Amino acid sequence: MKRIALIFLIAGTHTIQAQEGLLENIQIHGNVDVYAQTYKPDSIISAPVVPQKSGMNSFANFIATKGSFSAGVRIESYMPPVQGFNPNYGLQPVGVPYRYARYAQDRLDITVGNYYEQFGSGMILRSYEERALGLDNALDGVRLKYEPVDGVYIKALIGNQRFYWQKSTGYVRGIDAEWAMNEFIERLESSKLRLRIGGSFVSKYEDSKVTNLELPLNVASWAGRAHINYEGFGLLGEYVYKFNDPNADNHYIYRPGQGVLISATYSRKGFGINLTAKSIDNMHYRSNRDAQLNDLFINYLPALSKQHTYNLITTLYPYATQPAGEIGFQGDIIYKIKKGTALGGKYGTTIQGNVSVINNLDTHRISTTSELDQEVYLAHDPKRQGYKANLWTFGDKIYYRDYNIEIDRKFTKDFKLKTTYAYLEANIDVTQGTALGKNVYAHIAVLDGLYKLGKKHSIRTELQHMWTEQHLGNWAFAMIEYGYSPHWFITILNQYNYGNPIKALQVNYPTAQIAYINKANRISLAYGRQRAGIFCVGGVCRPVPAANGFTLAVTSSF
Amino acid sequence: MKASIATIITFVICLNIHAQDGRKIPAVDVKKLDNSTFNTADIQNDGKPIIINFWATWCSPCKRELNTIAESYTDWVEETGVKLVAISIDDARNQHKVKPYVDGQAWEYDVYIDPNADFKRALNVNNVPHTFLIDGEGNIVWQHNSYAPGDEEELYELVQKLSSGESIN
Repeated sequence: MKRIALIFLIAGTHTIQAQEGLLENIQIHGNVDVYAQTYKPDSIISAPVVPQKSGMNSFANFIATKGSFSAGVRIESYMPPVQGFNPNYGLQPVGVPYRYARYAQDRLDITVGNYYEQFGSGMILRSYEERALGLDNALDGVRLKYEPVDGVYIKALIGNQRFYWQKSTGYVRGIDAEWAMNEFIERLESSKLRLRIGGSFVSKYEDSKVTNLELPLNVASWAGRAHINYEGFGLLGEYVYKFNDPNADNHYIYRPGQGVLISATYSRKGFGINLTAKSIDNMHYRSNRDAQLNDLFINYLPALSKQHTYNLITTLYPYATQPAGEIGFQGDIIYKIKKGTALGGKYGTTIQGNVSVINNLDTHRISTTSELDQEVYLAHDPKRQGYKANLWTFGDKIYYRDYNIEIDRKFTKDFKLKTTYAYLEANIDVTQGTALGKNVYAHIAVLDGLYKLGKKHSIRTELQHMWTEQHLGNWAFAMIEYGYSPHWFITILNQYNYGNPIKALQVNYPTAQIAYINKANRISLAYGRQRAGIFCVGGVCRPVPAANGFTLAVTSSF
Repeated sequence: MKASIATIITFVICLNIHAQDGRKIPAVDVKKLDNSTFNTADIQNDGKPIIINFWATWCSPCKRELNTIAESYTDWVEETGVKLVAISIDDARNQHKVKPYVDGQAWEYDVYIDPNADFKRALNVNNVPHTFLIDGEGNIVWQHNSYAPGDEEELYELVQKLSSGESIN
């Protein structure tokens, strides 16, 4: 920890020098993010016993820029990792897992070291960082971006992925090209019809020490995409194909993988609608064929359901993408009723509706998974294809349903109310690995009121209720938050699982929090019980274990 | 443990924290709402102030802030010439919902999407909402994290100062 302090001190000194003009043209800037928890035993909520009694994840980024050059490092520290983050992070208390140098001028952009990149919507390749999930698959190698002529964008890259404090043994190589019609053809620059097409090729190489299977050392994939816009209309199509990639997720079958994403949008002032359809089959694509959990994914498969914000809707039964196979569609609509009308009221009313439907793919097994796991077959054995499936056919297993509506209305100058209702059906045996044997059905209602008390003071209240029978029973949630702009927040909340079928588990989860904000610095301290749940971003989830104690969070940008 | 936390907090506060002040907007490729590429170095407003606001369709306080500002935005523009640039950090999951939401709420901001957080990283943003204020010369002069109702009043006072050529620090 002293090392971190020292580094901060050095960085601080540099900043001062930069400001005093000794290193006149170099700018140093960055951010800090500290998240710490203390743990005390609480057997009723099954909080794990943590011998260290505390955990802390800290991150500090420093970026130096001068003209076309920039270089950056990130120092990370896990002492030990906060509960719920992968314990592998604890293998090294402090280190520098991310550093890079970059040169970018005019049409050329070269990065050496670590970098994040995404081809298309990421179904073929995406390296990214989601700190709240403990997820970082940054590539380490070289990336080149080049725009040879207006409207043509080329990216090429090679690298190893981050695996906690190590690197993947497999290499990732990729190239992506995009052509933008309206930039390429000058006279179409202001045309209402906008067209972009793109394509990618990605390949991974990984050595194999297995002798009973002929594993492909190189696994290639390709993807194509097109995006058309005409005034308020937009249409996007993307397809990805992966050649045979026997891996732990698919029980080492040689079946290729596929994915398709189609999204149509129409919007005008006061109205917007989006329809998206997606189907994926056998699309685990990792730089290590034996990797598990969220480790070493080369690609990213976005979840096709609404990303909710209210506690009871988001953390009990969220959807997580099933890369092995899923098919579904989503509709999202927003309409703003004009102010000054009978329905819209004096200040206007916004209505949003959303529907998500996700099932398994209709698959027919050629060989059982236990056959695949136990017996030795060669690549050309038809049994080693595993199963047959059609990318366009719904299976009979419901993975997820979400029907929700949200009405947001400002009643007076000082009072706003947002009302939300959601109906969920969730197959948590698939998304959370439980053995419930049935789907969970849940109705959730939320009232979110905001009262302004003068220019700087405000009070926000949230009342949430979930009605459900199949799993943990009913939940009630209440929160009150006092805001004093621009510096203070005080929040008190309680969740109560009063409908739990086991009487002893009908538990309250109270929490109190105070937060202080000064410009780009934020410090918050909370004390209370944390309910076990699922925390998700973008369809990738991490289980959060129950905890009882203090939580400290500090973020700062400089 | 407690000493370590104290050390870090002390340093964070001591750094306080002007390293980004005076910095120009970094050059990063983001997406326009029609999915075409836009370089953030081209964000400009003819010598008038610019607000850059990072938000997401799944972020309630972000939407609360931008919807509140939207109610007075026409007046703000008329009085000070300010331009608000809203950077959505929605990724592939929600990216397609950004344009319907923006049009649905009838926002008149310049909106760009930063689907893999490249611009967010370049500006050292930890979480959303996060707001930057840029002066007429293109220098970052102020930034703020989070949103509490009423913050927009402070922001607009700063915009007015910048617009009339006063220093805000």
